[in-house]
Amino acid sequence: MKRRDFFKSAAVLGAASILSPKLLGSNSPVRKLAVHAEPDMVAIMGGEPGVMLERAFKELGGIGRYVKRGYKVVIKPNIGWDRTPELAANTNPVLVGTLVKLCKNAGASEVLVFDHTCQDWRKCYTNSGIEKAVTDAGGKMLPGNDEAYYREVEIPQGVNLKNAKIHQALLDCDVWFNVPILKHHGGAKNTISMKNLMGIVWDRRFFHGHDLHQCIADVATFHKKPALNIVDAYRIIRTNGPQGKSLSDVVMLKSLIVSPDYVAVDTAALKLFSQVQPTDIQDVRYIGLAQKLHVGTENLEKLNIKRVKM
Amino acid sequence: MKLLKPIRVIIALFFFIPIVAFFLDFTGKLPRHLHELLHIQWVPALLSLNLVVIGVLFALSMIFGRVYCSTICPLGVFQDIIAWKARLFKKKKKKFSFRYSRPNNLMRYSILVITVIVFIFGSSFLVILFDPYSIFGRIISQVFRPLVIWGNNGLALIFNKMNNFSLYQVEQIAFIPAVFIIAISFLLLISYWSVNHGRLFCNLVCPVGSLLGLFSKVSLFHISFDNSSCTSCGLCAKHCKSECIDVKNKIVDDSRCVTCFNCLPECKNGSLKYAFRYQKVEKIPEEKSVEHAVNKSRRTFLMVSGALVTSAALAKTNHLIGQKDSILTRKPIMPPGAKNADHFNAHCTACQLCVSKCPMQVIKPASLEYGLSGIMQPHLVFSTEVFCTYECNICSAVCPTGALQLLHVNDKKLTQIGVVKLRLDMCQVIVHNTDCGACAEHCPTQAVHMVPYKNGLTRPEITPDICIGCGACESICPVRPYKAIYVEGLQVQTRAKKPQDAKKFDRKIDNFGF
Repeated sequence: MKRRDFFKSAAVLGAASILSPKLLGSNSPVRKLAVHAEPDMVAIMGGEPGVMLERAFKELGGIGRYVKRGYKVVIKPNIGWDRTPELAANTNPVLVGTLVKLCKNAGASEVLVFDHTCQDWRKCYTNSGIEKAVTDAGGKMLPGNDEAYYREVEIPQGVNLKNAKIHQALLDCDVWFNVPILKHHGGAKNTISMKNLMGIVWDRRFFHGHDLHQCIADVATFHKKPALNIVDAYRIIRTNGPQGKSLSDVVMLKSLIVSPDYVAVDTAALKLFSQVQPTDIQDVRYIGLAQKLHVGTENLEKLNIKRVKM
Repeated sequence: MKLLKPIRVIIALFFFIPIVAFFLDFTGKLPRHLHELLHIQWVPALLSLNLVVIGVLFALSMIFGRVYCSTICPLGVFQDIIAWKARLFKKKKKKFSFRYSRPNNLMRYSILVITVIVFIFGSSFLVILFDPYSIFGRIISQVFRPLVIWGNNGLALIFNKMNNFSLYQVEQIAFIPAVFIIAISFLLLISYWSVNHGRLFCNLVCPVGSLLGLFSKVSLFHISFDNSSCTSCGLCAKHCKSECIDVKNKIVDDSRCVTCFNCLPECKNGSLKYAFRYQKVEKIPEEKSVEHAVNKSRRTFLMVSGALVTSAALAKTNHLIGQKDSILTRKPIMPPGAKNADHFNAHCTACQLCVSKCPMQVIKPASLEYGLSGIMQPHLVFSTEVFCTYECNICSAVCPTGALQLLHVNDKKLTQIGVVKLRLDMCQVIVHNTDCGACAEHCPTQAVHMVPYKNGLTRPEITPDICIGCGACESICPVRPYKAIYVEGLQVQTRAKKPQDAKKFDRKIDNFGF
């Protein structure tokens, strides 16, 4: 590094840390993770959604590691469909509600929840049970139905998706949690944490028109990563996803997988899913493509995984 | 006597305010049963053959005169409100300056008769154009509703900046130029008339007004002069928005009087009375002249009606020549509950209530998709993420004319309003060899589903007999300019087969698998 460049970057970093210390602070858990040897991933089975979530945070060293006093928190569940919780088309409302409560208890100034839904957003918010769970826990539902709520950002590492309009709440928050539900998916084969990112973007049609898998991997390279991916596998859709037709598509797995690594959490969730519906990870191409873009690792062997059966 | 006017105003507002609010409400928060206020409108009641309502409305007219026009009809009340507002800007002396005018019987009865004849010949064109309730619905939904939504969006912008999300942005996608132009033309014409000539529209154009005028000529109660005490001061005529009080001859033209009772409190001598008609035998000189006028004009009338019938019949034929892609020449998709094209086109008055209430704004007024005779009648237009919601039946539940018959949600989910067409040779998966599946993802019945293709890819496949034509697949298909999957309209809505459930998975999983 040239001396001039060093001074330049030092000046920028110095200014940044003075102007927004929170921004840099939010990166710290990742670093601590290695130091304290806390697990890279927690997988829990056999409990109720809220109980499993609390246990997961306990294993990870407490929610205080991610949410500091005064933080503005965003939670992005899957609320894509006008379906009731039993049909497992949307993230479990109890799970989302519990997460809101934990964030509030950790001192979050605000907990905001949104999704860019696939169907009428008001019905999705209501019938998924998520709106009620969130407001009861002291959080706030944000609309995601209009382009006005989205801001253009660059995705420099993207191959096909070089820029996208992302919901401003997510761009402006101090920390965010990605809370997808594990489901079969007719197009992408499977929807877990990275596929859930299509709900933070305005123009989803672009994805379908420009190699869906590559675009999903591309959006996962966006620099503002979630503190954690919390994959709801309490009830999952085995067939006819992502909406499902009826209760016969739904399987109870009573599981929860949590990790900051998109690729690892999707790999793990897919293996769990494959037990009920065999799926070749090669066919869920976005997982491999994301690994190629250094988003995370498929190699679960290398990770410190904490498995808990309740 | 003097209380009659305020009572009339209160009753009018009792009907008017909820109707307006119901049309304007874009949040869907107002109770749905407000639509019942629209079932008691004359034309909707006639079209849906609602005998109870027809009976009550008829009885009201036979007893009290045209009270429908002054209280229940939203277009009537709307005109009164415009005139009332306009008076605030007039000089005091000019506030009430109506003058008696002779009835134009040729015009009003021609319109009434021709409208009926054209309808019997199978075209709703004139009913759509002249039904006062529907004119009002179009004015509210095409002109005022967009303004309200713009206002909301402006406020939402400010609110959202202040971190308050109780208001939200609402997209406006139902703008159809032809319909807007018709709506605003009527608005301007009616506003001009109501400010300068009161209820001229009701007594010159409105076929319902003309019909009720025939009843009110013989109604039990009517407004009449007490000749002995009247000083012919003319105050009553100045206040008569129907311009139907002939002070010189001391005659009230009952056929045009909308029983607004504005004249009663103006008369200082109490010479005007709203009273029982048949106390003593009266001459009705007006009657003769009406018949005379009609006779004299028989030739004109026949000519005009002939021309109109021909043009309306011609209009029924569609011309869409020179467009190649089959998606452009598809049949229009009627909202669920329309039964079949004949029923729907005959009963719909294009009031735009379903258009206003559709939470997805997928229902839009047609331009010429149904031909001229079905102008402004609603049809479904799918666009990105705009399609017919599976669990929704509101259009069929609110329709006041019976053009859309009530479908319970479970029946609606099995009502085929259109049928899917897949053009695999244009499909994203086949053309670009990439996964997509957006259509199947959005399909609620899995009439569109993904099947193995090659290299681990999946491609869509369709099962048309479980398709209900909701258009979710079409709305999300990324292929342009013409989509690879679309919904073809059906002339007759049928019942789709029930989609088969997947095989239930019943093994218990107690390992993570990794």
